[in-house]
Amino acid sequence: MLTGFIRSEVTRVAFKRVVLGLSGGIDSAVACYLAAEALGPENVLALRLPYKTSSPDSLPHAQLVIDALGIQSKTIDITPMVDPYFDANLDMDKIRRGNVMARERMIIWYDHSVAFNALVLGTSNKTELLLGYTTHYGDNASAINPNGDLYKTQLRQLAKALGVPQVIQDKNPSADLWAGQTTEGELGFTYEEVDSLLYLLVDRRYNPEQCVTSGFKRDFVDTVLERVRRNQFKRMTPLVAKVSNRTVGYDFLYLRDWGT
Amino acid sequence: MKLKLALVQMDTRLGVMSANLEKHLDYIKKAKGADLVIFPELSLTGYILQDLVPTVVSRPTSHDPTFKTLLQASKDTDLLVGFVEEDDRHRYFNSAAYLSKGEVVHIHRKVYLPTYSMFDEGRFWAWGDSVRAFDTRFGRAGVLICEDFWHASNPYLLWMDGADLFYFISVSPSRGLTTDENFDSAAFVEHVGQAYASLFTSFVAQTNRVGYEDGINFWGGASVYDPNGEQIAKGLYHEESLTLAELDLDELERARKRLPLLRDERSALVQRELNRILQQRGRTF
Repeated sequence: MLTGFIRSEVTRVAFKRVVLGLSGGIDSAVACYLAAEALGPENVLALRLPYKTSSPDSLPHAQLVIDALGIQSKTIDITPMVDPYFDANLDMDKIRRGNVMARERMIIWYDHSVAFNALVLGTSNKTELLLGYTTHYGDNASAINPNGDLYKTQLRQLAKALGVPQVIQDKNPSADLWAGQTTEGELGFTYEEVDSLLYLLVDRRYNPEQCVTSGFKRDFVDTVLERVRRNQFKRMTPLVAKVSNRTVGYDFLYLRDWGT
Repeated sequence: MKLKLALVQMDTRLGVMSANLEKHLDYIKKAKGADLVIFPELSLTGYILQDLVPTVVSRPTSHDPTFKTLLQASKDTDLLVGFVEEDDRHRYFNSAAYLSKGEVVHIHRKVYLPTYSMFDEGRFWAWGDSVRAFDTRFGRAGVLICEDFWHASNPYLLWMDGADLFYFISVSPSRGLTTDENFDSAAFVEHVGQAYASLFTSFVAQTNRVGYEDGINFWGGASVYDPNGEQIAKGLYHEESLTLAELDLDELERARKRLPLLRDERSALVQRELNRILQQRGRTF
């Protein structure tokens, strides 16, 4: 189904290729496997976009995926692009710097979408989207995203089924925006814990009390719910001030697939 | 006999009932001296609730914490509030409650859920299925919620059921920019309010909220019409405010002596013809 999704949504708008960032992590690896199967490896361009502090494992791990699938690839060091901005703004903390790096990568994906005549394939998973563990208009930017309705835990299962290299399956998840960053360290809980809670809250429509009855700590439930609430804006398009009887986003309703 | 109305056009916090309840109590205080304070549609919860609907429910009984407070407040002043009602079988209604002297006098469940253009109510709400007038200490009244009074049959039914006082509460979005002072949607609500007051020789009081929800604005503009169709009170557009109106209920008698539309209304003819139309055309709305 996921490969059918990629094939349909790419080809119906007269494209045949996708471009995506390949970090060396499990999510983008899975997306590469799906895209290569859907469109053929020659139609997939994987961009490796390291910064000088990126984990030394990232490039070789990404290379394993590129070699295994025979997809096209390109490596661009973003250090000379973002460092002048960092040098001019010495007060930037790691969050701001991480956001700039994520958005610089987005710029390069979209530039290559023109150069390679391809749609940008998103790789954000359902856990990240719900928790808002993304940079808005950075790593969450894409034309289509096959991963977005699969929790991290499910993506791990999918990675196993697809035969993603074991070393990638086994590594600790990280946005790799600064040295030693781990997603679970930053969030304060493991993906398995939060995925099983999100599954009850979102998929099964449990209310918070029912989650507590099911064995989750009250604090954990409240923290996660509040995070989901605060990040709703990242999952939506900008608000348009409605004044007319027919407004883009409210009552001008057509699918993107309109006419295809 | 006089009836002092206070029409509240307020903003709400989306899905935050405690804050909205506080605001109700503030307005009830501000309206001291009024006989009835009317709040807009879904005044306790906010409007575009979507998947929040089940999280902001209340039940109109003294055991419910929100209604316990409101019933207490209704000892001095009658109240009409908008809320999310959950029934015993977990259906959610967009409802309005009329409270007086610590009792729930009437509940109206919205019977028309707009599900077109910008509206998606049919997706989130259960449909109310009754339109009834009810007795208050100021006379017989009827309550309709927004889309309910865009259908002429509802005010007509209330009229036939004895209502002389029509209370319309809305969350009406500003839409249709024109060269006039107000939006298309505001003009419509005012036109029909005035029309119903004239046609039914009755009082019509309507209020609508203000503020924004995800880029959608609500225009406020409470208004009151007497049984001659005269506008006797008018709130501001777009700003939070309290509109006071004193209704001289004796005007009902004078208007109906002048214009005996109610006396002459042939409801049995309506029923006969409607039965025939429904039978012949096989329509089962």
